[in-house]
Amino acid sequence: MRQREWNILQGGLRIVAPAAETAAAREVIAVRRLSKRYGSRADAILALDDIDFSVPDREFLSIVGPSGCGKSTLLKILAGLLHATEGEAWLNDTAIDGPRRDIGVVFQSPVLFPWRSVLGNVLLPADVQRLGRAEMTKRAYDLLKLVGLDGFEHRYPWELSGGMQQRVALVRALIHDPALLLMDEPFGALDALTRESMNVELQRIWLDRRKTVVFVTHSTSEAVFLADRVMVMSARPGTIADMLKIELPRPRSLDVMTTEAFGTYVRRIRAGLNAGGGLE
Amino acid sequence: MTAKLANFGLRILLIAAVLAVWEAFVRVLDIPAFILPRPTSVFMALYRGTVSTMYFEHLQVTLTETLIGFGVGCSLALVLGTVVALSRRTEYFLYPFIVMFQAMPKVALAPIIIVWFGLGLTSKVITAALVAFFPLLVNTIVGLRSADEDRVNLMRSLAASRWQIFWMLQLPNAMPYIFAGLEIAMIFSLLGAIVAELVGAESGLGMLIQSMNFTMDVAGQFSVLLILSALGLALNGIVTAIRRRVLFWDVTQKLEIEGAKVKKGGTT
Repeated sequence: MRQREWNILQGGLRIVAPAAETAAAREVIAVRRLSKRYGSRADAILALDDIDFSVPDREFLSIVGPSGCGKSTLLKILAGLLHATEGEAWLNDTAIDGPRRDIGVVFQSPVLFPWRSVLGNVLLPADVQRLGRAEMTKRAYDLLKLVGLDGFEHRYPWELSGGMQQRVALVRALIHDPALLLMDEPFGALDALTRESMNVELQRIWLDRRKTVVFVTHSTSEAVFLADRVMVMSARPGTIADMLKIELPRPRSLDVMTTEAFGTYVRRIRAGLNAGGGLE
Repeated sequence: MTAKLANFGLRILLIAAVLAVWEAFVRVLDIPAFILPRPTSVFMALYRGTVSTMYFEHLQVTLTETLIGFGVGCSLALVLGTVVALSRRTEYFLYPFIVMFQAMPKVALAPIIIVWFGLGLTSKVITAALVAFFPLLVNTIVGLRSADEDRVNLMRSLAASRWQIFWMLQLPNAMPYIFAGLEIAMIFSLLGAIVAELVGAESGLGMLIQSMNFTMDVAGQFSVLLILSALGLALNGIVTAIRRRVLFWDVTQKLEIEGAKVKKGGTT
């Protein structure tokens, strides 16, 4: 509680500063000196150590790192599901101190409710946040069409393939038009071919809707293919090992993966992971 | 299709054969009717009891007791189960009582309940409710607590309130458990009503068995047993039918149905 009041106080003080820099690329996310410790003082595990970065509006940021580097923890803190031990994360100039309505999250598994139809699942955020059903239904139809699921509105999740289910989860995360989309290894459970086509699909949707996205993955090629910038993390404790800008023209096709430039990015990420002891 | 029909015929034939062997066995060995009656006399007793509407009146009494007991027991179990599942504090204080009652064979309370509430409807309803209560209580608690962590996180990430998480996630998620509990509770409440009638009643199928036992009308008792299994099947069938409609989305149940389809398909 004290932490929360402190954050609100800080928020009050900070409003002045970011407003002045809106002329430049506006920061949607600002993470400042963030640390996360699990457990009590004696045997505490430092999951995140002094993480500091920001994400400008409409940027696609990939976070790549070995398992145990705290990337999922970081995403949970951004989603308001976990509290940071030290430091803070800001979204549109307010401190994140709990779940918020202007964030959409896509998890590793689709997490669909089997008792709700595709449309019902997509409208879940609208139901929770009591948004106008009629308008949201229209939006749902549009978004389902965008991901190629028109005609499936009244089907049930168990009738869909894994890739289709994850698309429903993506539409659900977009339905309430969040300022930020968080994706936690969303395609990790899919087979390699489906995964590649989902990457192309996601890029197309992102180019169409232009959300600010934070995308966590442990696939280097997926990270490079999708991102404007890639943040490389190392494990134990989780720190930022490298941050690189991906300057490949969009829209990117899967062929881009065989180019020299792409290979250079992947090698540099590998080097960053190795330096951090990520790849044994 | 013809193979299916042939199998069905074979099934009927088998039942007929068992009954014929039974009949012959009793006739040849000349077993007295008060030890083991002949199937024909059981059917005669069933016919007489049905035509005279005597069975029907007692059936109505037992059915009323069972259904009211089921309703009361299940309502209490759902309410208390929800409270316990949502509040660790309530669970802490109620836990000793629940464990004690759960371990006890509830039907053993029937004689005391008869003493307290008399020979009429009330004592039967209370016994039935008591027996139906526990399986549903336990299933409700387990069901409401079984919500997948990812799903809870999804709801939380949407800034859902505790009530929204309950109504939109925990409750629908608990429905398969609740229906499994309801199916057991249905059969158990019939059991409770019959036991209470055996202990002391003025009417009902249990009382009928008891009074036939005194007059050594074993054929009559067998015929009442037939009615009771038909009643049990019907009651269970109703709950199962409702479950199939409500839980159309339950994958484990779907597998069950598809499995049955495969089995049937295999015979054709």
